[in-house]
Amino acid sequence: MSPSLTQKPSPTGMYQVIEGIISPVNDSYGKKDLVASHHRVAMAQLALQTSDWIRVDPWESEQAQWMETVKVLRLIERSRSKTADYPVKHLPLHHHNQLLKSSAQMEDPDPSKTPSASAALPELKLLCGADVLKTFQTPNLWKDEHIQEIVEKFGLVCVSRRGHDPKGYILDSPILRQFQHNIHLAREPIQNEISATYIRKALGQGQSVKYLLPDTVIAYIRDHGLYSSDGSWTGKGKIS
Amino acid sequence: MTSRNHTQGSAWTPGLKQSSCFSLPSPGTRDSSGVRGFHLDHQLQLLPMDTSEKTEVVLLACGSFNPITNMHLRLFELGKDYMNATGKYRVIKGIISPVGDAYKKKGLIPAHHRIIMAELATKNSHWLEVDTWESLQKEWVETVKVLRHHQEKLATDSCDHPQRSLLMDRPGRKRKWDEQKQDSSPKKPQEPKSTGVPRVKLLCGADLLESFNVPNLWKTEDITQIVANYGLICITRAGSDAQKFIYESDVLWRHQSNIHLVDEWITNDISSTKIRRALRRGQSIRYLVPDLVQEYIEKHDLYNSESEDRNVGVILAPLQRNISEAKHSNPTA
Repeated sequence: MSPSLTQKPSPTGMYQVIEGIISPVNDSYGKKDLVASHHRVAMAQLALQTSDWIRVDPWESEQAQWMETVKVLRLIERSRSKTADYPVKHLPLHHHNQLLKSSAQMEDPDPSKTPSASAALPELKLLCGADVLKTFQTPNLWKDEHIQEIVEKFGLVCVSRRGHDPKGYILDSPILRQFQHNIHLAREPIQNEISATYIRKALGQGQSVKYLLPDTVIAYIRDHGLYSSDGSWTGKGKIS
Repeated sequence: MTSRNHTQGSAWTPGLKQSSCFSLPSPGTRDSSGVRGFHLDHQLQLLPMDTSEKTEVVLLACGSFNPITNMHLRLFELGKDYMNATGKYRVIKGIISPVGDAYKKKGLIPAHHRIIMAELATKNSHWLEVDTWESLQKEWVETVKVLRHHQEKLATDSCDHPQRSLLMDRPGRKRKWDEQKQDSSPKKPQEPKSTGVPRVKLLCGADLLESFNVPNLWKTEDITQIVANYGLICITRAGSDAQKFIYESDVLWRHQSNIHLVDEWITNDISSTKIRRALRRGQSIRYLVPDLVQEYIEKHDLYNSESEDRNVGVILAPLQRNISEAKHSNPTA
C-alpha cells in the first residue's frame, strides 16, 4: 500500500491506520431482514469503490456457516504471521471494520523509514459501534472467553453512538474493565446516525434514502428489488 | 416517518360522522335517512389519480451553504417525500439559492466556490438545481425577496409555456436561469393549468424557524409574508420544540396551515460549521458531504483558520440593515 494511504495522525499519536476491512456476516447468522450475502457484499463493494483504504472481504460470508467473531480474528492473525510480504489484500476479514495498526513512528511517511514487513506486524483491531459493545452484555450472545480474547489479544476501537454509554458498559463488565487500556473509544464529533434499520424501513415505505447511501448502492437496491415491503421497488422510480 | 401537518386535526376514523370536517375535497352525501355520511375514499383521502388536482410546488432553500452538506440535500428529499405524500402537492423542483457575499457572515467564503460546490453536489439530481440570482446581487437580499423573485419567475414561465412541464417529464434537463432570460416569446393570455402556477415554498431546518426570534434579524412583515403568501416546510429533529415555537408566535400560529413540520428520524448533525471545524482539525469529512464536494474543498484548500476569520468584527447584513432602518424611522430612538 502506498504512503498516501496512511491516515492523518490519530489523537493518540501512537497509531497509523493503514487499512480498513469490511467483512459481511454469513447468511446463516439468521438475523431478521438479512438479505443474501452476495447482495450485501456487492453493495459494500459499490460503496467502497471510491475509497483508497477501506475494502470488502467476502471470505466470511462465503463459508459454510456462521463463525464467531474471535475465530475470524484468529484466522487473520495466523495467516498474517505466515505471510512474509504481508499482502493485505489476501487476508480474510471480519464483519466489522478492522484497523491494522503499525507501531512504527507514524509522523514521518518517508518510505525509506517505513519498517520492513519482518519488523512489527500491523495489529488487528475490531472496529465497532457502541451498540455492539453493549451486546457483550446480552446473555448467550458472546462467550466470556471470546470477549476476553478479543480485548486482550486484539483490541477494540469503539465508535460512540447516540443513546449509548460505552464508558459505562466498560465499567459494568469485569473483563472489559480489566483490559480497558486496549479499548479505544473514538468519539464522533459530527453525529450521523444512519442506521441500516432505518434505511430498510424507509425503503419499505417508498421514501427517499438519497444522500444516506451512495447512489450506486441505491441503484443496486432498486435493480434487485431489495428491502421493499412487497418484494419489489416501491420508490418513486427514479434516483432523482 | 410521521409528520405533523397543521392542516390535519385528530386522526380520522372511517365511518365516524363528523359535524365539522377539514380539508376534504368535497363534502359527503346524505343517505336516505338524511344523515350526513362520508364516502370512504374521502375519509381515507386517497391520492387522486388525476395529477392536475395537485398543487405543484417548488422547494426553495436559502442559506450560506458554506459548504453544502449531505444534511442540506437530505432536507430536500425529506421535504419532497412529505409534500408528495399529503396527496395535495406535487414537488416539481428544488432550488438551492446560496446567499451573496454581502451577507457578511463570519467564515463565509466567496460565492463562486459555494455555487460550484452546490452544483457538484446536485450534479446527479434530476430535480435539484442551484440558482445564482441571489448571490449575484450587489447587496444582500432578504429571503422574502428571493421567494418573490422565484415565484414571479414561475408565473412568467407558466404564462409563456402553459403546456410545458417544468421538470419531471424531462429527466436530466434542468432549466437554467439564463435560458429563461433569453426566452423572448411574447406573453399570451393562455388558459392556466388546473393547478395554476407552481407555488414556491421555503424549505428549512428548525434553526431558521427559531431564528425568527433573533432581534433585528428578520422584519416582522417579512416573516408574515413568508408564511402567509408562500409557506414553510421545516424539517425538524423528532421531538424538537418547533411546534411550541409556532404556538408561541401569533404570526406563525395564524398561518400554521401553511407551515409544514416534517420529522427527521435520523439525527443528522452535519452542520457546515462542524464540517469547517473538522477540516481545520484535519479530520475526515468523507461521507458527510458528497465526494465531489470533498474533493473540491481539498483541491482548493477552501477552509482553514484564515477563511474562518473572514468578516470577523463585521456586522451581519440583515442586522445592519434592520437596525439602521429602525433608526431612520425613529430618529429620536
